[in-house]
Amino acid sequence: MSESKIERLISEDGIRCDGRRLDEIRPIKFQLGVLKNTDGSAYVEWGRTKILVGVMGPRESHPKHLALSDKARVEAYYRMASFSVEEWKSPAPSRREVELSKVIREALEPAIFVEFFPRTSIDIFIEVLQADGSTRCASISAASLALVDAGIPMRDLVASIAVGKVEGKLVLDVQDKEDKAGESDMPMAYMPSKNAVTLLQMDGQITHDEFLQSIELLKKGCIEVYKKQKEAIESHFKSAVSNGEEA
Amino acid sequence: MTTFFEPRQLVSPGTLLAEGNYQPGFNVYRDDGKYYASMVGLADIRNNVISVIPLRGCYIPQPGDVVIGKVVECISTAWMLDIRSPYQGVLFASEFLSKPLNPLKEEARRYLDVGEMVVATVMAFDRTRNPSLTARDHGLGKIHRGTVIDVDFTRVPRIIGKKGSMITMLKKETGAQILVAQNGRVWISGKSRDEEAVIAEAIRKIEAEAHTTGLTDRVREFLVNKRR
Repeated sequence: MSESKIERLISEDGIRCDGRRLDEIRPIKFQLGVLKNTDGSAYVEWGRTKILVGVMGPRESHPKHLALSDKARVEAYYRMASFSVEEWKSPAPSRREVELSKVIREALEPAIFVEFFPRTSIDIFIEVLQADGSTRCASISAASLALVDAGIPMRDLVASIAVGKVEGKLVLDVQDKEDKAGESDMPMAYMPSKNAVTLLQMDGQITHDEFLQSIELLKKGCIEVYKKQKEAIESHFKSAVSNGEEA
Repeated sequence: MTTFFEPRQLVSPGTLLAEGNYQPGFNVYRDDGKYYASMVGLADIRNNVISVIPLRGCYIPQPGDVVIGKVVECISTAWMLDIRSPYQGVLFASEFLSKPLNPLKEEARRYLDVGEMVVATVMAFDRTRNPSLTARDHGLGKIHRGTVIDVDFTRVPRIIGKKGSMITMLKKETGAQILVAQNGRVWISGKSRDEEAVIAEAIRKIEAEAHTTGLTDRVREFLVNKRR
């Protein structure tokens, strides 16, 4: 009896192994402007996941032949520190890191007014310091704040979160343990004020009904993340609002 | 016709600002009859034009702007200037010298070398080509003396002040020549290096406290105390 209790990820009254309800997100803390040598930066603590993002640009594209004549070239570099996971991670870029870089870039590019800066490049450097699931979601959410901090014009902030299926139940904001034991994982990136989805992935198996339920749950979660992002922006720039005189 | 913000309210990208018959100004975009902010800044409405005063961002050249550029490259009949923007400025020899430059007879470097600073204005810029600059007007040209400091470009309006109040005060209190360029560079030319350093410090103070009230008086006090 006691043994089975330890193995269960969700208790009978719907409480998850870290004490959250099924549709509860982890505590999220965003911070802007943490780095000096970048144009914009953000740091996020998403439960036990810790990520640092730096943005450089828009700046002259190098090498020049890669510059696009009609828009800025957006590039994301997702990297996990060797100490970010339980086992040591090889510092060489893995297949997964390359893929996530592409996926994150494609989730952020629709939000950026890339056509404002033809022939330039915008580089987004993402360093995962500690990984505990949903690193792509945390990276996208933090990167959109770093872009705001860099003063790059955007349509909306991109908020991102994942829904998983664990022990037959849909859970919001999957952590590493649930991701590994669960039946499916579905991250989404979303621009709430545009009602536009910029990233939707899924692995594992779910039914059509569960998919529709997941979408609703994801939107709800993204809006919660979006609120946290706005709070972070407000607290970072609040000194600017205090009745200043401007030319 | 409704607006959803208080004047000078802090907004971030994606914030809905207004709905109806308005004009989108700086850092505002229209989508399906609605107006949204595209940058973090302070929302503002003037004559039906909604704009956002940016708090972060890089300099984008506008025709007519006075800029201070640093030479980074000498080409046969032109110089490439770093103007603290994603796009380098191009200064053709004909726009700097009063006579044509024959690259077969003399080098462009004789007149302007890498690392030197130039005051210029933006002639034309449309983002498809690099901004072309000219230094052939009164008060423009190579900088021979003084100090040039880099400031945050979003703080330039504050360093100038309302109707030039801040810059007028700085000049009056110190007697130095000061030029605030639109691209976030300030040229200071005083009687001595020390005096220039004091003015630079005062400008750093303006930059740091840009959004506080009574700043002009505090900066004046700072200068008076330093003079003692």
